[in-house]
Amino acid sequence: MEGLFAVLIGALTAAGLYLCCLRQVFPVVLGLSLLSYATNLFVFVAGRLSLGAPPIWEEGVTRFADPLPQALVLTAIVISFGMTALLVVLAIRARFEAGEERIDVPPVTRATETDR
Amino acid sequence: MTAHLPVLPVLIPAVSAAVMVALTRQDVVLARVLAFASAAAQIGVAILLFAAVREGEILVYRLGDWPVPYGIALVADRLSVALVLLTASLGAVLLLQALSAWDRAGPHFHPLFQFQLMGIYGAFLTGDFFNLFVFFEVMLIASYGLMVHGGGAARLTNAMQYMVVNLIGSTLFLFAVSLVYNAAGTLNFADLALRVPTVPASDRGILMAGGMLLCVVFLLKAAVVPLQFWLPGAYGHAPGVAAALFALLSKVGAYALLRFALVGLGLGQLAALEPLAWLTLLAGALGVLAAPTLGVLAGFASIASIGVLFVGLAGAQAPRLGAGLYYLVHSTLAGAALFVLADLVRAARRKEGDAVVGGQNFAGRALLGGGFFLAAIAAVGLPPLSGFVGKIALLRSIPVEGGAGAASWAFVLVTSFLLLLGLSRAGSRVFWKAQGEAPAAARGPAAGGVAALALLFAAMFAWAIAAEPALAYFTQAAQALLKPGAYVQAVTGAGVFR
Repeated sequence: MEGLFAVLIGALTAAGLYLCCLRQVFPVVLGLSLLSYATNLFVFVAGRLSLGAPPIWEEGVTRFADPLPQALVLTAIVISFGMTALLVVLAIRARFEAGEERIDVPPVTRATETDR
Repeated sequence: MTAHLPVLPVLIPAVSAAVMVALTRQDVVLARVLAFASAAAQIGVAILLFAAVREGEILVYRLGDWPVPYGIALVADRLSVALVLLTASLGAVLLLQALSAWDRAGPHFHPLFQFQLMGIYGAFLTGDFFNLFVFFEVMLIASYGLMVHGGGAARLTNAMQYMVVNLIGSTLFLFAVSLVYNAAGTLNFADLALRVPTVPASDRGILMAGGMLLCVVFLLKAAVVPLQFWLPGAYGHAPGVAAALFALLSKVGAYALLRFALVGLGLGQLAALEPLAWLTLLAGALGVLAAPTLGVLAGFASIASIGVLFVGLAGAQAPRLGAGLYYLVHSTLAGAALFVLADLVRAARRKEGDAVVGGQNFAGRALLGGGFFLAAIAAVGLPPLSGFVGKIALLRSIPVEGGAGAASWAFVLVTSFLLLLGLSRAGSRVFWKAQGEAPAAARGPAAGGVAALALLFAAMFAWAIAAEPALAYFTQAAQALLKPGAYVQAVTGAGVFR
């Protein structure tokens, strides 16, 4: 099962990074989403994988799953969800104001064009 | 009341921001009143905290009274409280500049500003590195909002880049946190310090990989070469008041690095950073020489000051680290002053904006030129402002013998000269090559911005006067970082406040 998880996280991360390198707004948003899925899974297994073990204390149980990463991953999901939403909103505004779908516009040339 | 002091810097801006969102959507005057009331309360709390920790006391606040390491702890010691005080003061000063135009340029300026401050306070006070992540995100979300405040194409495209870079940084942050947690089983700095020596050899690789990955994230936030490319464009195009506050954000990265690497991992020194510090200095100074606008110039000057800061942080001796921390305060004020000034110039010159070119004469040229002169003095590190004292104290604490020390001297001195050149070039172009008469209808620079600038210069002057006690204070703070026994004891051992 560890192997399956590792391959899954690796594939998501690789796909996410590849999409981030495409430098167009939409692929980058998708890439960041994939990266955040990979992170969430990674955080989730940080307490090591265990099957059929309860995360909170129960009478007569000796093997427990680590409850903390599950709490952490909830926080991480909420934050990455909010961030993605914000990024999409920003991308839409940038699309309409700058007429650009690329995000690698050299900042300096833009500055001299528009600031003058 | 005293028992709850460490949580108040986080609570006050959180509550006032929530109230502002609810009540002041249409009413900018009420928002201003609340913002200044909140700023006054933040400064008051910071001063009380300072009085409580200046003798070396460490205040530990357990939220919900859960024992460390199970619960969340806030820790106030000399270093974090000094930075909280700096944040509160800078926030209050910048509110003056916000009055001129920025808080009417779009909705929700003041709540965003409060959330920004809340994230910074939280990052300084938190005792564990998952909440450090949470406060970083609070800080970043607010900074995205402030960065696009007022809109505009250049600002939006640069904000997109800033946001994507920081989202990737946040991803790395989470990967690193999970690796460290996986190996050490804790998220608390102090608890981590206790557990690192007992981590079995088979897990040490995971621990150090995670730890170093986390350091990379902090270096990205601090904009240390080779992770500095995002800064000049993003800060240079942000609204002036936001950029001036962002001068503090990169210092949060440096602080987090110190707290995590020295206290949590117990590395003892960060000498590996010294070459990076040299390159950062060089990149910043060369950028200042070539900067096309004053905003971008201020961004590169911030990078150079991060370089000086890291020359200090790379030392293993308390006086050197202390001098670096003293310079951290100065560089925050100097960076903020440059950003405020760039903003005032941008507002004063209708056509050229803050581009580093001569152009039509503008109202308030003498005043702004004088301001730029002082800001340049601060950024280069010339007397009578505190950058001079900071650089002298730093250089004096570095032994010249041996390659690294001599190289540090050389880089600090040569880049100071390059900064002087770059700033002189920019200043003489913008302020001396102005031709003709100022437009008759033009108004002078906004009073709020000028007041903020004057207060920043006064603060840097006072900081130079107060150099001796300040350096002693930060040397003690540095000692506590290098030998974190008391911190670990205070957080994990018997509580100060129950």
